[in-house]
Amino acid sequence: MSAAVTVDAVSKRFRLYQERNQSLKATLMRRGRSRYEEHWALRDVSLEIPSGTTFGFIGENGSGKSTLLKCIAKILRPDSGHISVEGKVSALLELGAGFHPELSGRENVYLNGSILGLGRKELDRKFDDIVAFAGLQRFIDSPVKNYSSGMYVRLGFSVAINVGPDVLLVDEVLAVGDEQFQRKCNEKFLQLKADGITIVIVTHDLASVRSLCDVVGWVDEGRLREVGAADEVVDAYLDHVHVGRADEGGLGSRWGSGEVVVERLEVLNVSGEPVTRARTGDPVTFRVHYAANQPVERPVFAMAVHTLQGVELTHPTTRQSGLVPERIDGNGVVDLVVDRLLLLPGTYDASAAVTDYAALHTYDHRHRAVRFDVDPGTPHETDGGLVSLGGTWRVAPLRSDQ
Amino acid sequence: MATLTELSNARELMVNLTLRELRGKYKRSLLGWTWSLFNPLVTMAIFTVVFLVFLRVRIPPGDPSGMNVFAFYLLCGLLPWNFLANGMNGGMTALINNATLIQKVYFPREILVAANVASWLVSLFIELAVFAVALLIAGNMVLPWLPAVVVLVAVQAVFVVGLALLLSVLNVYFRDVQHLMAILLQLWFYSTPIVYPLTVVPTTVELFGFDLPLRAIYELNPMVGFVEAYRDLLYDLRVPAVGEIAYLLAVSVAALGVGLVVFNRLEPKLAEEL
Repeated sequence: MSAAVTVDAVSKRFRLYQERNQSLKATLMRRGRSRYEEHWALRDVSLEIPSGTTFGFIGENGSGKSTLLKCIAKILRPDSGHISVEGKVSALLELGAGFHPELSGRENVYLNGSILGLGRKELDRKFDDIVAFAGLQRFIDSPVKNYSSGMYVRLGFSVAINVGPDVLLVDEVLAVGDEQFQRKCNEKFLQLKADGITIVIVTHDLASVRSLCDVVGWVDEGRLREVGAADEVVDAYLDHVHVGRADEGGLGSRWGSGEVVVERLEVLNVSGEPVTRARTGDPVTFRVHYAANQPVERPVFAMAVHTLQGVELTHPTTRQSGLVPERIDGNGVVDLVVDRLLLLPGTYDASAAVTDYAALHTYDHRHRAVRFDVDPGTPHETDGGLVSLGGTWRVAPLRSDQ
Repeated sequence: MATLTELSNARELMVNLTLRELRGKYKRSLLGWTWSLFNPLVTMAIFTVVFLVFLRVRIPPGDPSGMNVFAFYLLCGLLPWNFLANGMNGGMTALINNATLIQKVYFPREILVAANVASWLVSLFIELAVFAVALLIAGNMVLPWLPAVVVLVAVQAVFVVGLALLLSVLNVYFRDVQHLMAILLQLWFYSTPIVYPLTVVPTTVELFGFDLPLRAIYELNPMVGFVEAYRDLLYDLRVPAVGEIAYLLAVSVAALGVGLVVFNRLEPKLAEEL
């Protein structure tokens, strides 16, 4: 397999100006020297992306992965090293870049298309597809300033994806438009993938990296730390991120009167060790460590799991399970034992709280007390959603002779 | 090296960006395109009143056309001047105004500057066409001279694109450039025989006991040659001096050369400097 993208010993340096010479006066006063610090966004990065693969770059914010993508797109020029790309490149860095608000959708499709390197004849041929894909047939002759932001990015996406690239570069724009359009985008990506187009993605969405990418590169402080099969590299990356996360302590806010406090909330694996990762289907225990500074009657313990976006997935309480101690004093633990964790792969936060029996008074509430990741397990479901129903498929074809 | 398809795509992009400039310019204005004619007409009216009525500037009659209309004399200089001033101002800010585009998409960046100048070139052609009709009505048979005017416009366009390329990248690094240009353009306007005839500039002036060849120095300004050549072709109806045209051609090619060299030198860092 030949390489679609070859990156050879590429370094890129940025100047972080403290006092920028943006005027001649300043330049003359400082005799041409402006004060800046050098920041190496990329250092000696080499890799090959074989043609036809879907390649993902992951890494923390500011690690240099977007810079690398911009270098591949020829928007930034590396300070040393060399990048060669085989075939036509289309970059989805910003959707609808170059749209003129006063011009109609139609005029902007032609304008944007030619910016992305498409000839007029090709655009004539693809025009209907582009408009249909964006679902904007009715609005194509109105000025794009009247478009909603969703319509705007849909049209931008549709132009960019229909230019027929050999190499498609995508930076964090997978989540555009509504649910229906996202599904269309995903289908389109899979189709492009099937057509043998090389796709290079930069994203923080590790779940889509796992499901879309064949090969993943982990960029860390401007260096390429690891390249390999998607699951392995994502796992290695998560391990690394978790080491950093452990000493951060609580993530969210905390409130309450303090008669009883939640000292910490832990996720325990089957051997009873605190973990920050589990697999779908694993047995886990959520353990609340409490400390009652004075005797408290009939307290209620509660726990909740949220997505990072704040969707509450579950909110069990001891009261509803009929388990309310008459009185507590001193330290202790309350466990929520889960036989099978039915969360699908992703990152979640758990919160814990102690209230009085009527849930009118909060002794202590620790919002987002612990963050944990769920990796694919059993049931193996990675095509979307947050929870598994734990169901089993059965296929029973109807026989026509019956 | 640019391949053939890249060049043809660049041409289409150039056309599309020029259309964007043109369409964007007068969208949502009631008179639309008429504005592009209105502007030089109003300037012409003002200058005619100020310079002909108040200051009583005397202009020589057209030789050999015999035409003697101050407004037309003025327009011969004003139209190419407006092209220069608008093209330089527009081209100079073309990169800054399209910063997001430069930071997000790769394409040859020269096209942004060239397309802006091209949009003013289209305006110039429309203005010249209307002007030619007016001249015909007034009795100046300009038709045989029009092909030469087109060539002259092409040479001036090369000159303006060269300057715009140079200024556009410099302006990214030093925003002073655009303020400096506002002043320099005023100076340049009055150093060009637009509102007065070239003959009012003395051949020599005495300075510290030396004879300074003022006229010769004055004529180094390429806009003097351009305005005189437009006037020769449209007002006087005569062939401009060959030496003059050769000088304009040389200056224009040099301007484009310098513009391209500086532009290509500074272009790789544009996306991060913007």
